[in-house]
Amino acid sequence: MNDVIGYAPWLVGFPLIGAAVLLLGGRALDKWGHWIGVLASSASMILGLWLLFRMIGADPADRVVDHSLWTWLSAGGLDVNLALRLDPLSMTFVGLVTFVGWLIHLYSVEYMAHDPHRRRFFAYLNLFIAAMLVLVLADSYLVLFIGWEGVGLASYLLIGFWDHKRPNAVAAKKAFVMNRVGDMGLIVAMALLFAHTGALDYGTLLGSGASGTAAVDGLDQGTATAVGLALLLAACGKSAQFPLQAWLGDAMAGPTPVSALIHAATMVTAGVYLLVRSGPILDAAPTAQLVVVIVGSVTLIFGAIVGCAKDDIKKALAASTMSQIGYMMLAAGLGPVGYAFAIFHLITHGFFKAGLFLGAGSVMHGMNDEVNMRGFGALRHVMRLTAWSMFFGWLAILGIPPFSGFWSKDKIIEAAFVGEGWQPWVFGGAALIGAGITAFYMTRLMTMTFWGRPRWTEPEYHPHESPGLMVWPQVVLAVGSIALGGVLAFGDVFTTWLEPVVGTPGHHEPVLAVPVLMGATIGVVVLGAVIGYAMYRRDVPAEAPRGSVLTRAARRDLFQDTVNEGLVMKPGQGVTAVLVTADTGVIARGWATLAGGVAALGAWLRKAQTGYVRAYAASMAAGVLIIGVVIALVATLGQTAGA
Amino acid sequence: MTPDMAAMTTTDGEAFLFWVLAPLMVLAALGLLFVRRAVHAALCLVFVMVSLAIMYIASGAPFLGVVQVVVYTGAVMMLFLFVLMLVGVDASDSLTETIRGQRWIGLLLGLGLAVVLIGVVSRATFLPGTPLTENQVANPVGLARILFGDYVLAMETVGVLLVTAAMGALVLTHRRRLETKRTQRWVAEQRVKALAEGGTLTPLPAPGVYAQSNAMDTPALGPDGRPLEHSVSRVLRIRGQEKAAPASLVETRSAGQVSTVPAATPDGGEDS
Amino acid sequence: MEITNYVVLACILFAIGATTVLLRRNAIVVFMGVELMLNATNLAFVTFARIHGDLTGQVLAFFVMVVAAAEVVVGLAIIVTIFRTRRSASVDDVNLLHG
Repeated sequence: MNDVIGYAPWLVGFPLIGAAVLLLGGRALDKWGHWIGVLASSASMILGLWLLFRMIGADPADRVVDHSLWTWLSAGGLDVNLALRLDPLSMTFVGLVTFVGWLIHLYSVEYMAHDPHRRRFFAYLNLFIAAMLVLVLADSYLVLFIGWEGVGLASYLLIGFWDHKRPNAVAAKKAFVMNRVGDMGLIVAMALLFAHTGALDYGTLLGSGASGTAAVDGLDQGTATAVGLALLLAACGKSAQFPLQAWLGDAMAGPTPVSALIHAATMVTAGVYLLVRSGPILDAAPTAQLVVVIVGSVTLIFGAIVGCAKDDIKKALAASTMSQIGYMMLAAGLGPVGYAFAIFHLITHGFFKAGLFLGAGSVMHGMNDEVNMRGFGALRHVMRLTAWSMFFGWLAILGIPPFSGFWSKDKIIEAAFVGEGWQPWVFGGAALIGAGITAFYMTRLMTMTFWGRPRWTEPEYHPHESPGLMVWPQVVLAVGSIALGGVLAFGDVFTTWLEPVVGTPGHHEPVLAVPVLMGATIGVVVLGAVIGYAMYRRDVPAEAPRGSVLTRAARRDLFQDTVNEGLVMKPGQGVTAVLVTADTGVIARGWATLAGGVAALGAWLRKAQTGYVRAYAASMAAGVLIIGVVIALVATLGQTAGA
Repeated sequence: MTPDMAAMTTTDGEAFLFWVLAPLMVLAALGLLFVRRAVHAALCLVFVMVSLAIMYIASGAPFLGVVQVVVYTGAVMMLFLFVLMLVGVDASDSLTETIRGQRWIGLLLGLGLAVVLIGVVSRATFLPGTPLTENQVANPVGLARILFGDYVLAMETVGVLLVTAAMGALVLTHRRRLETKRTQRWVAEQRVKALAEGGTLTPLPAPGVYAQSNAMDTPALGPDGRPLEHSVSRVLRIRGQEKAAPASLVETRSAGQVSTVPAATPDGGEDS
Repeated sequence: MEITNYVVLACILFAIGATTVLLRRNAIVVFMGVELMLNATNLAFVTFARIHGDLTGQVLAFFVMVVAAAEVVVGLAIIVTIFRTRRSASVDDVNLLHG
């Protein structure tokens, strides 16, 4: 690995240069600039995959490599190198981010073909990729923070890409602000870590691999818990977990490729990455771990329920992402038994969710950008490839064997059932129920979109298959949805691969026998799917029925926005109003009074300036006289005192 | 008399000189304050300066005394008089004060200054020093040694200062020509133009020269026997120094028909 | 007679000069007041040189004279310029710089 580590900075460099060229190039690049973006993304992808295969080929003992670029800042006891860490975990992410990102780039060429600002769009996409790569390749929390903020910025720019529409701009702002809440958590975590250990780099803090001493081992219980909770807050903001999940649905305002990118490869996976990366800290703080598990469980149920009620195809998928990330958080909170599966599910999810989103984009493309599923139906006849690729994505997310999702999700459910006391039953039960609801709402989505009877009319809508550059990425992702899980699960390849970073999962027996669990899961999933199909097979009313209390609540994201507004926004506005009043009434008026006083004094003193040179001469003579008198007096007094 | 005492007292002759000159100088200086005309003030100042020169010579500084006469009374005061001439000799100050309170403030400050300075001097104890030797007094060479020895740099600088001041004065008083030069052709053309408005093409008539008087201040008589007012210099007319033509020669007609002065040519009628 | 009488005389002349500057309005007379003040200091210099038996005082008086000459040249040039534009030599007429 050491011989090729020098190329690693180019992983970030290519897309970053691409973004810079596109942004600085101006209108001259409008016609063909997107190919620069694709080129940069391709270069990064090829390099990323090459490095990934080099690492696979390397001896497991050599798989963790640090590459220091330069000393970034050196302040007192804090020395931070701008350094990259290449290990199985980060390289897994590099593979996912660059490959899926590359596919989305290709897809966007066609998807954004008619947008006048396509060049800017590709610049932001490149920036997004570069920021995410910095995030995963960093070898210290501070460098990670650069990428963390970069991802936040890029997502803000992309969600609000069509910012001439006010809701889009508001959605971008909402995402940014809620991310800032999470960022506070990361800052607090870094401050605590630095205060107690004096270091921020992974090598010192977390130890390198299985061996080596980790500085976090020396933390007392309270500090470790505080750091763990702060990291959880950060992860919640970035990964849209309860209670900071409200931005994710609104983020659908961005172009669909952006949604795919946010949900599959970049952004929301960052929180899971952060928690898995900080595994040793969580291991040292069982309380924090428990909170992580609770947050994960709540979110997975929460997202699933919201997903059932949404008629907007993209928002339904967004709720599904929330729910699936909940699974990953749940796994990450379970400790070493779950880390590998969290990442595993992240990878498979990255493929099938990207495929589903690109499919949704393809449907929208054919349906005049319509997103309401009540207006779809029977589209499988006119969009064959899209329908097939989404079909495989659907099977994968349901967790039907042998598709990708089965291998990862089933392991998480198994891991959730490991433990003693009430916890395995509660968390395992939540995961199991979540799987059933997932099956229901995904089947609902597929049925309403592709099956049943058409609810659109021909002259108004003219559904058609998307052009090649949009379809083929879906096909590639569908292949990943079908096979990737099985390939990586075969002989525990993936868990072994991650061992140098997350440690050995070990073997734990769930509270129920594994075959029983597997059977129960498949049973619940099939049940959910059948109910979903049965309910939406027939005519779906064009106007959504009023529905039950739960449905109405779910449509409104279970009142999360209302809660946020009531708990945070309104009091914040109140405080601001008070401050504004205080500022204008007290501070501003105070300064105005002072300034007025000075002005009045000046106006009064101005009278001394008569303009008559003799008056000035008089004042000068008076000064001379005073000085003379003073000198004479001092001299006399001095003589007297001396005598 | 010890050397110390010699340094602090004067001879009786010098004392006599001092007591004669000093009151006169103070009087002359006060003249600066109270005379109305600037010329008189300048004369007062000249008196003070010459007296000072005498005192310098008496105090063992003959070189400075000479310089005082040459530079101050000879050059500086002459310059003052030149400028006075330029500005107007008769430009006398009105002594009424325009700035409120300035007079009392000024007097008070002047008096205060005098009191403080005299008070300090009279109370001061002078360290007894060595009097100037005969050689030092008589010989400007000693002065020159210090001037071109210790103070050579200051000497050079002062030279630069003088040159700069001369240049500055030239620049400040330089007057830029704001209108075209009056040539003979221009004057001729203007006269022809003025002809239409009643001007005269020819020079104005010369003043009258008579047996009783042969001065410039009597008007000539026209062919009709009336006096020609405009034959007398304008300056004399304005000053009211014009005399009447001999009454016996003037044809007495009604006053209304006395010839009027023709409209002046653009450059005045002084050419006549 | 005490030599210090010369210094007292210098003080009186100086005060009169200063008063002239403060009271007279004709710029040329004001200037004369300044000259009188300079001359008074010269007298003091010469007297001190005599008391201390040191010719440096006389040298300083000499410098004062030279500088005064330069100052008079420039000052009078300014007065002439002002007179040309404003037809007045009164220092009170130049009072545009008031507050």
